[in-house]
Amino acid sequence: MDYSQSLALVLPEIILSISGLILLLLAAWGGDKGARVISIASAVALGGAFALVAVAVCSGAAGPDTIAFGGQFRADAFAGLAKLMIFAASGAALVVAPRYFERAGDMRAEFPVLVLFAALGMSIMVSAADLMTLYIGLELNSLSAYVLASILRDDERSAEAGLKYFVLGGLASGILLFGMSLTYGFAGTTNFSGIAVAVSDGLSTGQLFGLTFVMAGLAFKISAAPFHMWTPDVYEGAPTPVTMFFASAPKVAAVALLARVSLEAFGTQADAWRQIVIFAALLSIVIGALGAIGQQNVKRLLAYSSINNVGFILIGLAAGTLAGASAMMVYLAIYVVMTIGSFVAVLLMRDANGNQVENISDLAGLSTTRPALAWCLLALMFSLAGIPPLFGFWGKFVVFQAVVEADLLAIAAIGIAASVIGAFYYIKIVKVMFFDEAVDTIKGESDTPHWALLIICAVLISPLGYLLIGPLGNLADRAAASLAVAF
Amino acid sequence: MIGIEHYLVVSSILFVIGVLGIFLNRKNIIIILMAIELILLSVNLNLVAFSAYLNDLTGQVFAMFVLTVAAAEAAIGLAILVTYFRNRGTIAVDDVNRMKG
Repeated sequence: MDYSQSLALVLPEIILSISGLILLLLAAWGGDKGARVISIASAVALGGAFALVAVAVCSGAAGPDTIAFGGQFRADAFAGLAKLMIFAASGAALVVAPRYFERAGDMRAEFPVLVLFAALGMSIMVSAADLMTLYIGLELNSLSAYVLASILRDDERSAEAGLKYFVLGGLASGILLFGMSLTYGFAGTTNFSGIAVAVSDGLSTGQLFGLTFVMAGLAFKISAAPFHMWTPDVYEGAPTPVTMFFASAPKVAAVALLARVSLEAFGTQADAWRQIVIFAALLSIVIGALGAIGQQNVKRLLAYSSINNVGFILIGLAAGTLAGASAMMVYLAIYVVMTIGSFVAVLLMRDANGNQVENISDLAGLSTTRPALAWCLLALMFSLAGIPPLFGFWGKFVVFQAVVEADLLAIAAIGIAASVIGAFYYIKIVKVMFFDEAVDTIKGESDTPHWALLIICAVLISPLGYLLIGPLGNLADRAAASLAVAF
Repeated sequence: MIGIEHYLVVSSILFVIGVLGIFLNRKNIIIILMAIELILLSVNLNLVAFSAYLNDLTGQVFAMFVLTVAAAEAAIGLAILVTYFRNRGTIAVDDVNRMKG
């Protein structure tokens, strides 16, 4: 494959990086006055990359034609589907951010540029076919994310969130890197296909250590228990549009990356990583369910909810089959929509002075004061809990189906039992909104873009979403089939 | 003769010191930044040792990438630390507790 073909494969990334660099210069020269224009330009760049990737996904790109730069990069349908979700979630963050930051009096022109670079990093992550590409993509995303978390410079909580995210994210990168160096040393190569050959007849002790460290580092990035402790603090402290971004796009990227490392590089040694993934999955489901029970802050609660959901996604991976990977992608797509919807609803919670309120008690009696918002939140919460006929149920269904087909019945049973515990706090929010005495704190005026996004999400997760089962399932199956699995 | 095991032992010790430096240190956030650098340097030692052992350049290329990213990471970490200090007037680890639960 010659160089121009490689360049054609990374065209979406090239668009993102060049427009990011140009917009960064504009932001430096124009100052914060141009923030809105730069937001729109960033959204256009993301849209362009989205369209390019969508074409490749629809044609089901797979096989050796998708490998660029001598095996460093794979632009297959699996990466493509993940990229579509990443770009859509980043675009949603760009749509909701300007209103929020303008109200806080601090819309910085760097914000959209950082989102653009984070999206670029994530899109490199999901396309990585080599430990080096993986690391570069992951760090480009993480370094942008640290700055995004602390972007409200005069806000104590934002600065603290950035600091905590940085320290624990730095530790996670260190653990991941140590694992990658061991993998490189004992497998003799950093390429996923090379690693797959090196480990095909059993793992040596060094390779097992490398695999464990890599898994631990990636578990940090997707905030799976037992490496979840940074999540509630960072989600609470970061500005809400940024939290929305953290809870959606990077989750997709890191989960897709984890799937690629475990299925492509270590696919023949599924027994070795499956126990780690099962342990993390079940622990995440339980901790996500129990930790959320006492929370007063909606953003903290949603942080535990995301830990809980990551557990279900990992169950799909634990199946270790292509059906499991496909179920995982379906769950991710539904999860992204539910998360974006919930955080947009949180953004709409403002008191009479336009200040954000974040306490669950402020939602009391919302069904009488703001019925539209209350009903949307009701749909989102029931969907997150996985109650039929909402679309969140379908995600859980396909994941458990994949696990049962892989003969892991015990895990399915524990997972379903734990999801009942999780339903408790989602239903508690609904109870507060519909049955408590109205406090009437939430009365801020509505923003059209926020409402539009909330309604789109609500329609997608409503029973109408079941119309999408066919196309979504097809896309996910084709994506999973494009993985160069070793087993 | 110094073999690959010696390098691995040294880098593992450095890695463990780095991790402990993050968790045991109760005083100063700057020390945490130093601990993170230590972890990254232990990884670099590993990569370069393996590269020499395997007679393969990939490890050294990887080490260059790690060095570059570590520099960017340190810059961003210090910048976040400065904004934090301007808000709170302290960088003691025990004071990073506005959010709990």
